[in-house]
Amino acid sequence: MSTVGKEWENSFEEIYDGAIDESNPPLPLFQKVYDGAIIATSYAEILLSQAIRRYGPDHPVGYPDTGYYLPVIMNLSGEKVTKLGELVPILNRMRNQIKEELNFYNARLCGESTAYAAEIIEAIRYLKGENLHVSPWTGFLGDPVVRRYGILLVDWTIPGQAVIVGKAKSTEALAKIISDLQAKGFMIFMAYEVVDQAIEAGLKLGIDFITFTMGNFTQVIHAVNYALRAGLAFGGIAPGLREEQRDYQRRRIRAFVLHFGERDEVQIAAHFAAIFLGFPVLVDHELPEDEQIPNWYIAHPDYETLVQVALEVRGIKLKILDIPVPFTVAPAFEGEAIRKKDMYLEFGGGRTPSFELVKMVEESEIEDGKVEIVGPDVDEIEEGAAISGGIYVKIYGRKMQEDFEGVLERRIHDFVNYGEGLWHTGQRNLCWYRVSKDCVAKGFKFRHYGDLLIAKFKDDFPAIVDRVQVTIYTDPKMVDEKLEEARKVYASRDARLAGLTDESVDMFYSCTLCQSFAPNHVCVVTPQRLGLCGAVSWLDGKASNEIDPTGPNQPIKKEGVIDEKKGIWASVNEFVYNNTNRNIEECSMYSFIDRPMTSCGCFECIMGIVPEVNGVMITTREHGGMTPCGMNFSTLAGSVGGGIQTPGFMGHGRPYVLSKKFISADGGLGHLVWMPKELKDWLGDDLRKAAEEQGLGTDFVDKIADETIGTTVEEILPFLEEKGHPALTMEPLM
Amino acid sequence: MAEKKKDRNRTIDPAALEVLARTEGSGIESAYDRYLNMQPQCQYGNTGICCTICIQGPCRITKKASKGICGAAPYTIVARNLLRHVLGGTACHSDHGFHITMVMKEIADGHPGDYSITDSAKLKMVAERFGFPTEGRPEQDVLKDVVNLAMEEFSRLDKKVYSAWLEKTIVPERLEKAMECNIMPNSIHKTIAESMAQTHMGMDADPVNLVFQSLKTALCDYIGMHIATDLSDILFGTPTPVVSEANMGVLEEKMVNIALHGHNPILSEMVVKAARDMKDEAIAAGAEGIKCMGICCTGNEVLMRQGVPVLTNFASQELAIMTGAVDVMVVDVQCIMPGIQTVAECFHTKIITTIPNAKIPSSYYVDFDETRAQEKAREIVGIAIDAYKQRDASKVSIPQVKHKVVAGFSLEALTDILAAVNPDNPIKVITDAIDSGELAGVCLFAGCNNLKVIHDGSHTAIAKELAKNNVLLVATGCAAGSYAKLGLMNGDAVEEYAGEGLKAFINRLNEANKDKLQDKLPLIFHMGSCVDNTRAYDLVTALAQEWQMDTPKVPFVASAPEAMSEKAVSIGSWVVTLGMPVHVGVMPPIPGSPLVDGIALQIAQDVYGGYFIWEEDPAEAAKKLLGALQERTWKLKVHKMAQEQYETDAISKTW
Ligand code: SF4
Ligand code: SF4
Ligand SMILES: [Zn+2]
Repeated sequence: MSTVGKEWENSFEEIYDGAIDESNPPLPLFQKVYDGAIIATSYAEILLSQAIRRYGPDHPVGYPDTGYYLPVIMNLSGEKVTKLGELVPILNRMRNQIKEELNFYNARLCGESTAYAAEIIEAIRYLKGENLHVSPWTGFLGDPVVRRYGILLVDWTIPGQAVIVGKAKSTEALAKIISDLQAKGFMIFMAYEVVDQAIEAGLKLGIDFITFTMGNFTQVIHAVNYALRAGLAFGGIAPGLREEQRDYQRRRIRAFVLHFGERDEVQIAAHFAAIFLGFPVLVDHELPEDEQIPNWYIAHPDYETLVQVALEVRGIKLKILDIPVPFTVAPAFEGEAIRKKDMYLEFGGGRTPSFELVKMVEESEIEDGKVEIVGPDVDEIEEGAAISGGIYVKIYGRKMQEDFEGVLERRIHDFVNYGEGLWHTGQRNLCWYRVSKDCVAKGFKFRHYGDLLIAKFKDDFPAIVDRVQVTIYTDPKMVDEKLEEARKVYASRDARLAGLTDESVDMFYSCTLCQSFAPNHVCVVTPQRLGLCGAVSWLDGKASNEIDPTGPNQPIKKEGVIDEKKGIWASVNEFVYNNTNRNIEECSMYSFIDRPMTSCGCFECIMGIVPEVNGVMITTREHGGMTPCGMNFSTLAGSVGGGIQTPGFMGHGRPYVLSKKFISADGGLGHLVWMPKELKDWLGDDLRKAAEEQGLGTDFVDKIADETIGTTVEEILPFLEEKGHPALTMEPLM
Repeated sequence: MAEKKKDRNRTIDPAALEVLARTEGSGIESAYDRYLNMQPQCQYGNTGICCTICIQGPCRITKKASKGICGAAPYTIVARNLLRHVLGGTACHSDHGFHITMVMKEIADGHPGDYSITDSAKLKMVAERFGFPTEGRPEQDVLKDVVNLAMEEFSRLDKKVYSAWLEKTIVPERLEKAMECNIMPNSIHKTIAESMAQTHMGMDADPVNLVFQSLKTALCDYIGMHIATDLSDILFGTPTPVVSEANMGVLEEKMVNIALHGHNPILSEMVVKAARDMKDEAIAAGAEGIKCMGICCTGNEVLMRQGVPVLTNFASQELAIMTGAVDVMVVDVQCIMPGIQTVAECFHTKIITTIPNAKIPSSYYVDFDETRAQEKAREIVGIAIDAYKQRDASKVSIPQVKHKVVAGFSLEALTDILAAVNPDNPIKVITDAIDSGELAGVCLFAGCNNLKVIHDGSHTAIAKELAKNNVLLVATGCAAGSYAKLGLMNGDAVEEYAGEGLKAFINRLNEANKDKLQDKLPLIFHMGSCVDNTRAYDLVTALAQEWQMDTPKVPFVASAPEAMSEKAVSIGSWVVTLGMPVHVGVMPPIPGSPLVDGIALQIAQDVYGGYFIWEEDPAEAAKKLLGALQERTWKLKVHKMAQEQYETDAISKTW
């Protein structure tokens, strides 16, 4: 019988080799897994058969806000389920692979079957409608959330995914563990009573904190279908390639399960769904030897070291940065909002004068590590006040260049937001800072801005930043004075940037940052076309290449022009070809119709052709609704992502819309007929300016339709005609 | 442990102990002796892994034989036996309900015999629950609608029409839960038939499917019971607070003592009436009069409505006869130990069986024909008077043990009492007390006695501990019998056992009702017989409606500390299905399959919100029940916190 499963064995399955002491296998554990799989699949069958009796086999089934159907099923076996009846053969297959013979291999299959059962049970629950949960319970997490954090998860900016289930010994003990994980920047999924405990402890929960409180029972599957969608979206692995998908999960999704309190059979079977995907499980109480598997199913009652052991078992090594501030610093707090009633003080945001400035200085002009406050400190400021404020960062580095000032300055936004209780938006003299009451209660003083920025700049840019000094201005007169200085710097930078065109440089930069999860994609970043994620400009690429010459941003010499208008160069083609596993032979910089650039999956926007009106439309990740090309963002993303060229559709960054090179080969901005209102507002006056510069007139913006006009061609056409939109009379796109 | 097993004094009831002591070595056997003779009991049957479904069996699961001869796994055997148990209970309760329905049908058809409608208000309420018009219609027409529907509840075969009695008495979330899980019954008899088929050899082997069918069948138990309670109230009146006495001290040397034993008020009500009418005949026979007293649930029925005293409960039914002072024990259905006849043969006592499906050899059998109810009842009382004449005074020894009982708390009566505090919204008196922490929640004590545990010991130990911890207590069945006998159903017990919160709560009700009540409210509220567990569940529904949430969030638990019968299994199963944690104080034959055990103890909660707790040790059981209540009040608190913090319109639906 030991040959069972041999035909399945492949390189992925080797990760389980040697885990079991064959002379003494953990049969009691396997028995529970088997029992749990029987319960889960039999229950799923009862619900499914009854749902079909009640609603019919053709009744639609699916989760809200996703283009990935039922992701567990789509990922592992490739079926794109849309109707109840289609689930029957799938469930039967999963029932059929539950075998009485107790061994590790069969236990993993039981785990897989249980995952399918849970997905089916949840999908049936969603027949009741989309709003099954009230905040902070999340249930299923839609694609926008996967896109928002998925990249960070697979590129390990978020160091891993902790799935926490059950009920901990005490609310305090749980709070300690969750806070620890949040501080380390983990993505956290919770199910069962740990959710209630987390609420009781007043922890920061919800999508903005990457801490997802799903619900109870089979709702834990939403942690799995989140991870599996990351594999589909960024891994570029075709749906149904089960072993490759598992391999991707094991390699890129650094997940582990912490189980608190009593376990039942279904939970134990679900634990083996995690193990099936390569994720270990740790249980918070003693288990007999024969209910454990070294490195996979581990009893660890000591709460103090639980997280540490989980990280070790999962092979997660953290980059620890110890910043001497009285609050936690972690990406988990990036999305944290501070409402007016929770705010202690604020500056900027158009209400009071403010600025932030990074300035390169000479060695003699800087005292490394110094933080100075000019004006009153926090304790001299009344609660609820809006003050004048400015942050002036001096940087010295042997390899520092003036061109990098802006690059570094824009990182202030992330760094400040990482602070728990600190909030930041905007930039330059439009920046806006808030500090929460909680944070002040913990001892926040203005110098901590300086401590935080000094540590982060040195840590993130060690190659170009040698010394940092920060001055925080809160004295209104000094703020005004320094603001003037800053304005002059901004103006000279802008002048330099304006001259920075694709023609004026002889070098582009590649970005292969996303190849860790999208191996067939490369971005080519030019001065007039930033990376599609919106985060990497040409200057960023240049700076990053300086920091790490062998890193993801490589210079591409602009040589051998093939088509100037379309932006095709032999050197660029060659680079792309060599860096996409020889998938993409040619690539144009300025056309979205002819051999456009590929997309990894982390694009801010997707543009698509609307042939009926000779136009192009843009939708954004933030916009969940329908668009005139008949697809929403999620559906579009499904066909555009994964490193393939899709003529007529393309991912891009938001600011690209403002570029003179915006689809310049296809006729440019004049073709833009539709975009979400939110994007229009975000681009604001800059869009009017761009339109005017390109001879479209300032009122061009008012001719662009949005969802308030309509979301179908029929709805927007009369509007475009009435406004005399230029696209209708421009040269045909194709 | 082995020593303890030899001790036949497995009771804490002082009256029972006295009788046991007196009859020690007399050769008169009772369940207390037979229990010892039965030891050790077979562990295969005890844990549920013995199958006798077909006559290839019995198949017992051992290390060597891990499957039955047909290949049935332990989970199949345990789940199938469970469904068979639920079937027994459901059949019994619905038989009871059906019997009453048939009497009502005669009234509706214009042949009331000796019966009549006593509670018109209840009839109106029940009719309106189902949308039958009542205004300006003759009562008999309204009754006809109700009876026809009740009959359909037993007999409906249409797959597309579901039980109205269930649908209209639970919250909509529970109904949807039953629908989606395919456990919503069409009717009682159809479900019983399909379950019998399902448990035949070579039919269903899927443990989850069998468990779900057990729950569906158990919901039929609920339906049958709810019909029984509703129609009994219409027929004999909805109970109101009443003061009486309990335990063997209610027997009187100079009276003709008639013990009413069994379950259905159809017979006992008539005997009580006949006994009142035939006082003169008793005096003529030399007695001072006739005294009726109850055992088991028919005793509860006549206590609740007529104030008839409680003689004893299930386990000690034979001991009552051993006092030598019982002239007749008239029985109808359920929980009648055949052993009573053997004991009666040592005394002058006559056992009278009355129902075609519950006879005992050697006993008197008086076929209880409802069309001649009074005549039959008089015949029974006549036998009692005759027997009295043969009573052997030398054999009479009545333990002088009895306690005051304040009973009669139908949900209507309870609501009335609460209304004195909050007339606009009576139920809010309870939800407020729970929200404020004055009460820790509500516990229903139900079920039987079981010789496997110390008689009445678990009942009282757990109840006292919960009372101390401010749990509002209600009781039915032999649990209620136990509290009545041992003095926990009166005002003095409140002083002695209630925690500060519970005391304050009950005293507030006492104060508000002082003009209305004849006596102080009890520590434990007697809600009636076993079928009246539906009254307790209607209380759950009312609480859920007041809080606007599904029942699994309601801080309510149930406990059957000394569960014995198949009826207890079916009741427990529907209480779990309808969202409540249920403690069972005797190990049921389930742990033989860890899979089925896991469903009962844990996974049921994920699906239905309710779950079982097996715990034989009363102190541990009390801890677990309090823990279950605390868990619910804690979650409720946290969910309210979340609602505020996250500014959501509704409270979370998770439980
Ligand atoms: S194995 Fe079954 S049939 Fe045999 S003694 Fe035990 S319970 Fe009775
Ligand atoms: S049904 Fe199967 S397990 Fe049960 S007695 Fe018959 S052969 Fe044995
Ligand atoms: Zn009873």
